[in-house]
Amino acid sequence: MNTSSIEAGPLAAAAAEPAARPAAGGGRPAGNRRQARRNTLIGWSFILPNFLGFLAFTLIPVIAAFGLAFMHWNSFSTPRWVGLENFRTMFASETFWIALRNTVVYTIGHVPLTLALALGLALLVNRKLKGIGLFRVAIFFPYITSLVAVAVVWNMLFNPESGPINQFLMWIGISDPPGWTSSTTWAMPAVIITSVWRDMGYYMVLYLAGLQAIPRELYEAAEVDGASAWQRFWNVTLPGLRPTTFFVVVMLTVASFKVFDLIVVMTEGGPGRSTTVLSQLIYREGILQGEFGYSSAISLVLFLLVLGVTVVQFRIQQRRER
Amino acid sequence: MSGLVKETSVPRTADSRAPEGGGFDAPAPMRRVPAKEVRQRRGDRITYAVLCVLVVLLMVPFIWMVSSSLKHDNQVFTVPIQWIPEEFVWSNYADIWERIPMLGYVQNSLYLAVIITCLQVLTGSLAAYGFAKVRFPGRDWLFLGYIATIAVPWQAYMVPQYIMMQRMELTNTFWSLILLQAFGAFGVFLMRQYYMTIPDELCEAARIDGLSEYGIWARVILPLSKPALATLALLTFVNTWNDYMGPFIYLTSNRLWTVQLGLRSFVGQFDAEFAMIMTGSVISVVPILIIFLIGQKHFIEGIATSGMKG
Repeated sequence: MNTSSIEAGPLAAAAAEPAARPAAGGGRPAGNRRQARRNTLIGWSFILPNFLGFLAFTLIPVIAAFGLAFMHWNSFSTPRWVGLENFRTMFASETFWIALRNTVVYTIGHVPLTLALALGLALLVNRKLKGIGLFRVAIFFPYITSLVAVAVVWNMLFNPESGPINQFLMWIGISDPPGWTSSTTWAMPAVIITSVWRDMGYYMVLYLAGLQAIPRELYEAAEVDGASAWQRFWNVTLPGLRPTTFFVVVMLTVASFKVFDLIVVMTEGGPGRSTTVLSQLIYREGILQGEFGYSSAISLVLFLLVLGVTVVQFRIQQRRER
Repeated sequence: MSGLVKETSVPRTADSRAPEGGGFDAPAPMRRVPAKEVRQRRGDRITYAVLCVLVVLLMVPFIWMVSSSLKHDNQVFTVPIQWIPEEFVWSNYADIWERIPMLGYVQNSLYLAVIITCLQVLTGSLAAYGFAKVRFPGRDWLFLGYIATIAVPWQAYMVPQYIMMQRMELTNTFWSLILLQAFGAFGVFLMRQYYMTIPDELCEAARIDGLSEYGIWARVILPLSKPALATLALLTFVNTWNDYMGPFIYLTSNRLWTVQLGLRSFVGQFDAEFAMIMTGSVISVVPILIIFLIGQKHFIEGIATSGMKG
């Protein structure tokens, strides 16, 4: 509170000055203090409608989640502090490790593929051509279509017997195409393909914005120096996109760790446990089984994973900038 | 985490700095250099060809969805695939309203999406004004709190939220979803980003003219921030309409189900009615398609500005 009021002090006074003018003269400091109090009231009055909802339904649950992880609490018992017991149970549970592995596998499949395709698409549509907007819109559209529809359609496309994908694979000479969502080996790749298809338009837009931030003069200078298209890409475009790439990688990784609804709708975590991910475990333990403490412990692991990835990537980015 | 947020400003400034390329309908530049032009034209034609092939490939799921929705069930999985149905079964689009309470689902989805969007835009823009244009002690810490929660995965606090709603006996009511989604930190963040680009001098001038802070918000800032308001409204509406997990967790009785829940349960119950399932999918996507076509410019700007979804 204190530091920020010092920071905001002079600025607040500057902002308040015109309004305080009538009161100017002898009582300046007092007027300023009154003005600051008035500003606080006004500021809070603007923020309050949102803040109350935010406090009750986001901030408090976030804080509660951390405490719950160290408690034994289910829908039948009263909360009791148990320290690390939930974590011990978790680390001894095979399902937890499978879900963790699946989450990581999904991330490793999803992030680089989406990244590469998003960048490729962005380069392709970053031109001033007639009607290019239509192409951009078409590529972006899957991202905002209803997830259930997407999952349903892809499940049918992946139909092992006569779905279009396997028909195509047989047509190009693969006599024994995968069973996709009905196979423990291929269910995860099927989910990854669907999610890459859905997400790449979104990250393409981020890359487009990044590409347009690269000064045109750099390209002109490179061209004058006789750099080939490949050299221009390697020495101008890629370095220029570094901040965007950093941002995209962080967003993608975080989103991948949180993957939930696509898997729930497409495979429900199966067949077997082959596509069960961490967030599904949280849902199952916390909301279906009512094991509030245990599921919060899993939540904490998920949160630490997300945080860890963000911090590591942030460090890498900082080192590169230096 | 604050670094994560700082990075968002990269695409944003980029977008505002380069409007010529940033616009989706930027006209092709006119040049009169023959040799170069010929080469350019050939390049353009290749790009067009590549793009057409790509977009058709990407659209295959949608094409398949629409085509299947106009078939009989036993025609959906024919070998080889029929992209254009032999006989167009338009009756699928009439029947689905009787097979499942689709109208009720659509109404529920609309109701939720409209209410949540209005609340989100109203409270978000108010709070953003407080954060961007009014200076008071503790403001920046408070804002940091907002931002920090954006970075916490929702799954991490979904259980405490659920317990809370249960205790308040709001599960299985629309209230639970409205309360959870209408006060998002994301809306505040997005609007604040935009308000920061509006010069403070404008507010100063209005203050000198005797306008109250609420007057400035309503009569100066709101009219100026129409693009941001539209962006937030569109993103919120689409997110709410498409949301599956929220309704899945909170709405148990069929009467309250949204389009997404209805569609999902239809799939589970009538496994083999492939055509009908596709019809339902098309119906669930059409409202989004319409909204998207109306506001696609805002969508793309919003994504480029904030880089985040709700």
